[in-house]
Amino acid sequence: MTSAAFLCLFALAILGYVWNRQAATAIRAGGARLHSLEGFHGFYALLTVLVPVLLVMLLWLVLQGQVVDSLLRSGIAGHLEGRSAGEVQLILAEIKSISRGMVFGTPEPWKIDAAERYLALTARAQTLLLVVVVVLSLVLVVLGRSKVSAEFRARHGVERIVSGLMIACSVVAIVVTLGIVASLLFETLRFFERVPVTEFLFGTNWEPQIPLREDQVAAEGAFGWIPVMLGTLVITVIALVVAVPVGLMTAIYLNEFAPRKFRAVAKPFLEILAGVPTVVYGFFAILVVAPAMRAFAASLGVDVSPNIALAAGSVMGIMLIPFISSFADDALSAVPQSLRDGALGLGATRAEMMLDVLFPAAIPGIVGGVLLAVSRAIGETMIVVMAAGLIAKMTINPLDSVTTVTVQIVTLLIGDTSFDNPKTLAAFALGMMLFVLTLMINVLALRIVRKYREAYD
Amino acid sequence: MYDTPTVERTVENNTVKFAARDVHVFYGETEAIKGVDVDILDKTVTAFIGPSGCGKSTFLRCLNRMNDTIDICRVTGTITLEGADIYDKRIDPVQLRARVGMVFQKPNPFPKSIYDNVAYGPRIHGLARNKAELDEIVEKSLRRAALWQEAKDRLHEPGTGLSGGQQQRLCIARAVATAPEVLLMDEPCSALDPIATAQVEELIDELRQDYSVVIVTHSMQQAARVSQKTAFFHLGDLVEFGETSQIFTNPRDPRTESYITGRIG
Ligand SMILES: Nc1ncnc2c1ncn2[C@@H]1O[C@H](COP(=O)(O)OP(=O)(O)OP(=O)(O)O)[C@@H](O)[C@H]1O
Ligand SMILES: [Mg+2]
Repeated sequence: MTSAAFLCLFALAILGYVWNRQAATAIRAGGARLHSLEGFHGFYALLTVLVPVLLVMLLWLVLQGQVVDSLLRSGIAGHLEGRSAGEVQLILAEIKSISRGMVFGTPEPWKIDAAERYLALTARAQTLLLVVVVVLSLVLVVLGRSKVSAEFRARHGVERIVSGLMIACSVVAIVVTLGIVASLLFETLRFFERVPVTEFLFGTNWEPQIPLREDQVAAEGAFGWIPVMLGTLVITVIALVVAVPVGLMTAIYLNEFAPRKFRAVAKPFLEILAGVPTVVYGFFAILVVAPAMRAFAASLGVDVSPNIALAAGSVMGIMLIPFISSFADDALSAVPQSLRDGALGLGATRAEMMLDVLFPAAIPGIVGGVLLAVSRAIGETMIVVMAAGLIAKMTINPLDSVTTVTVQIVTLLIGDTSFDNPKTLAAFALGMMLFVLTLMINVLALRIVRKYREAYD
Repeated sequence: MYDTPTVERTVENNTVKFAARDVHVFYGETEAIKGVDVDILDKTVTAFIGPSGCGKSTFLRCLNRMNDTIDICRVTGTITLEGADIYDKRIDPVQLRARVGMVFQKPNPFPKSIYDNVAYGPRIHGLARNKAELDEIVEKSLRRAALWQEAKDRLHEPGTGLSGGQQQRLCIARAVATAPEVLLMDEPCSALDPIATAQVEELIDELRQDYSVVIVTHSMQQAARVSQKTAFFHLGDLVEFGETSQIFTNPRDPRTESYITGRIG
């Protein structure tokens, strides 16, 4: 029934399109000058039918369930009296499954009656929807047709509707962002009701498992995020130390010095690197890099922990190489040939040209890329979950085992959880901090990019 | 002062700076320069004239091997600078370009301050021993390019913030600061007003005392005013090359005559 309504709507909308178009063509054939092209008259009809009726249908489908439910409930009000809300929900669910033909045991006759009533109500709602859609569409088609005239500004109408649709789409992004922030904020505030903000922000002890035991809820110092943040910092710094020089050198070499054949081979490899799923990087870190580093350290007589931060960080750095190199490559390619010519024409070597002219001109793009890489490194989860440790230590030693914010969020939410103890809520607080951190970095990236763009363009 | 051809100006017996023999330039399959022989003298201004697309810039770029930066570009024939083949394997194009400076058709200041733009050449070639010397070079170059008055109070603002004509003069100052032996100028005055044009022409005349200057121009008057030798290019051929006075008063080739008269009227 719903699909029939959709079909009718589309058919009528197309009918409106053709009708209006033909009417406009006829006017033009009659020798009048149209304000808008025939196609715009057609699209005007199409859009004025589609947009409002689709909105009505959407609203209808959202509300239909609730309306039918309340009608159903009022029909069996006698049987529901005195029952708890949970029981009522169960009964309604049972009635609905009976109506779909899934009968378990022998239900009371009133339930079967109710199921039949439910079916009838739903069918009536659907028929009503079809009628409403057809009538509304017809009215709109006729209304649209009545507007066609030589002076009618169909193009303006179409432009207004389309720009309205574009506004609606961009509002979706805003609303979703606000929704995410709000939900995060809400849970975070609930966490801070249980654990003081100062303890979370400045505490140096992270042992979230402790509060599971009833008598020790919010035990002193158990939710200090500093060690977790330090872990994230250590891993991020290691990743950047690997990724930034290698990525930039790669970009510079490929952009300026590499023979064309080498470039043709190297570029696809970088793209493959960018396409490797992070889980696979995680394997690589625990199976190859970490054992190799441990063996090397052992051969030097240094004792390192099994989950060595250096391994997770450097593999994350490898992951970021294509990211940085492609940003830098784009930025360097965007520098106009005339600037290269200018430097070379003064007798600069290619290295001097690169360092003195191309690089400064490409700085905004490069800095933007690096800061986005930082955001990714901070937010990266899979590699660190697999290769970094779980125990939060107050250390910045890259040979030690550290844990990161994302790892802790994952472990806090794995297994049996209920959303009212501080252990689970701590995950939201950590998520909030992560969000604030990456937001600040992104803002910083934008500011730097803007500043250099002022100076260099 | 500037609107009569300098017929009376004589060319002293100068040594040959550049000698080009049977030079062909190809962009991929298309031949942009079709066998050019020309001698460019020291302490002389040589003008390249000709209709748009005839290959003036292309030939100019051969003289300091800027065509190397274009992948599809291929140069055959020989070009010698003071007797040495500049396309020889042993010649370092970087050193060649330090000796043969260039001002491009479109202004291309670096995204640096005005000061750093001009100081760039002296810095990479180590022409100044200290800051004071560098300051002096920068000021002198900007003065010669007729930009000092406008730029002296904003030396540390970005060069890209200047107007188009100012940018072109900045590029001239930048090229002059490197103290090249030969200066190649591709339409240096196309974006300049008459006053700045006159100043640049004065500079060219001054540079002639020590250097060799090659200038591409679409202005017949300018070619007549500043140059002693003129080369007329047409569709990749060097149609006529000779004393400027002779080219403008008594061209030998009918194509030269029709081009000059068409322009001068
Ligand atoms: N990078 C290039 N790739 C391919 N063809 C080119 C390139 N540069 C120039 N050409 C071609 O070579 C020919 C000569 O161009 P050139 O720039 O030397 O002309 P020009 O005489 O300087 O013209 P104008 O007075 O308009 O500057 C033209 O036909 C042009 O299309
Ligand atoms: Mg040109």
